[in-house]
Amino acid sequence: MNRAVARDGMVTGMLRRIGAVGVFFGALLAQCVPALARPRLIVHQIYNAGARSLIIVMMCGVFVGMVLGLQGFDLLQRFGSEDALGVAAALSLLKELGPVVTALLFAGRAGTSLTSEIGLMRATDQLTAMQMMAVDPMQRIIAPRFLGGVIAMPLLVAIFNVVGLFGAQLVGVQLMSVDPGAFWSQMQGAVELNDVQEGFIKSLVFGTACSLVAVYEGYHSEPTAAGVGLATTRTVVTSSVLTLLLDYILTAAFL
Amino acid sequence: MREAQRPIAASAQTGDAVVEVSGLRYSVGRREIFAGLDLVARRGRITAIMGPSGTGKTTLLRLITGQVAPSAGRVQVWGENVATLGQRGLFALRRRIGMLFQNGALLTDLDVFENIAFPVREHTNLTEPLIRQLVLTKLHAVGLRGAARMMPAELSGGMGRRVALARAVVMDPELLIYDEPFVGLDPISMGVIVRLIRQMNRVLGITSIVVSHDVHELAAIADESYLLSEGRCVASGSPEELRVSDSEIVRQFLDGIADGPVPFHFPAPGYREQLFGVNGARRSSR
Repeated sequence: MNRAVARDGMVTGMLRRIGAVGVFFGALLAQCVPALARPRLIVHQIYNAGARSLIIVMMCGVFVGMVLGLQGFDLLQRFGSEDALGVAAALSLLKELGPVVTALLFAGRAGTSLTSEIGLMRATDQLTAMQMMAVDPMQRIIAPRFLGGVIAMPLLVAIFNVVGLFGAQLVGVQLMSVDPGAFWSQMQGAVELNDVQEGFIKSLVFGTACSLVAVYEGYHSEPTAAGVGLATTRTVVTSSVLTLLLDYILTAAFL
Repeated sequence: MREAQRPIAASAQTGDAVVEVSGLRYSVGRREIFAGLDLVARRGRITAIMGPSGTGKTTLLRLITGQVAPSAGRVQVWGENVATLGQRGLFALRRRIGMLFQNGALLTDLDVFENIAFPVREHTNLTEPLIRQLVLTKLHAVGLRGAARMMPAELSGGMGRRVALARAVVMDPELLIYDEPFVGLDPISMGVIVRLIRQMNRVLGITSIVVSHDVHELAAIADESYLLSEGRCVASGSPEELRVSDSEIVRQFLDGIADGPVPFHFPAPGYREQLFGVNGARRSSR
């Protein structure tokens, strides 16, 4: 009986939370239009969320590409098709690994930074001060950060993919002696615009989801040190789970 | 001095009321913060709101500025019922109000100059040279023209409070609200803030509401004081009237007496009972 009540409470709490995020998202979208009139704020946030995540994204991109090169070569040579390594690496990166791994890195680097920044602004009354100056923080603070995240994500994914391909080439061609002509020409022949589009749409959706979670958690964090810490943790966990869930749904939709 | 529980004849005698609080009730969960509060802040005067910690002084400011809505009663600012205003109406009202927060609440990613220019940039189309002049004038008024390019993290507590004050007055508000402006300041900084509050009031004619529990500083600047306790106004009058009052609660507050109508101990079970158990027998240490 108690377990059933607790389960009902959990379900109700989750539905309430989803509803609250939905309402917040609606209000945020309404503020995104006036926020677009101040491109400098958005460019600054693209720099914060994107450029400041570049090093970690590029480092991880190289390593993921190198692992792809190793694993792909090991698998393909069993069938004598190691020349298809370029295709395998490109499709894996463009359609799956690029958007997903970048989104997970984005949640850990830029998402946590957004949440803690907004949470601290709440804890130190900066958001209230803005409201008292008749400035809507949703328009001045939240919307530019959200838009910055949404725009930065596809750019980061593109860079991750390029660097990842370099890593795969480094291992496959330079280390395992796959023919470079075959590596690049097969990739060129097999990869279609649809594959790039799929990755681009995924990166946009993940960017939207991760940025939304980050700004929502920051805006609604308890105005205490523990509250901001908890909100930051929730950002990483929720963004990561949401990214993988959305990835499955989008992959199924594209097939 | 007007005694405790006696309703203040607000609307009847105050055509110049800027803020009028009547029959205000406000609860957080099951805890009642205000149980029928009445007070008035009049045009061009400095109204002090005093009371022990936890009496809801800051909450009262949140109610006056429409950050929270009362459970019952009315808060009127310039005759408008704050609780019925939508966001547009609230923002229009707040553009006439300046607020100094307890911790300054400066925007940490902007320097001092940009913090003060912030409301000007948001609400006007003034040219950059004009904004510069305006900001430097306000900074000069608080004595911090030389700190224009410092970041908030580099400022001392007193300097931060002065920058916040410059920001609060940069749009020339008609009502200025100070939330605990003296907390954590050294005597020099405190003296500076007291002087600035008095100047803002006398020179610019700004109506001021100062929430604080620093009795002596308030006595030096306030035209009228309200003493809050247990959700009500327990005494009001000029600082002089409060000073000579023989009301027990006023004496406890002004003289800093540890125990009295405001008890030293937070409500708790009996000391003996809690230490040794219900029958006085020491509990086992299991």
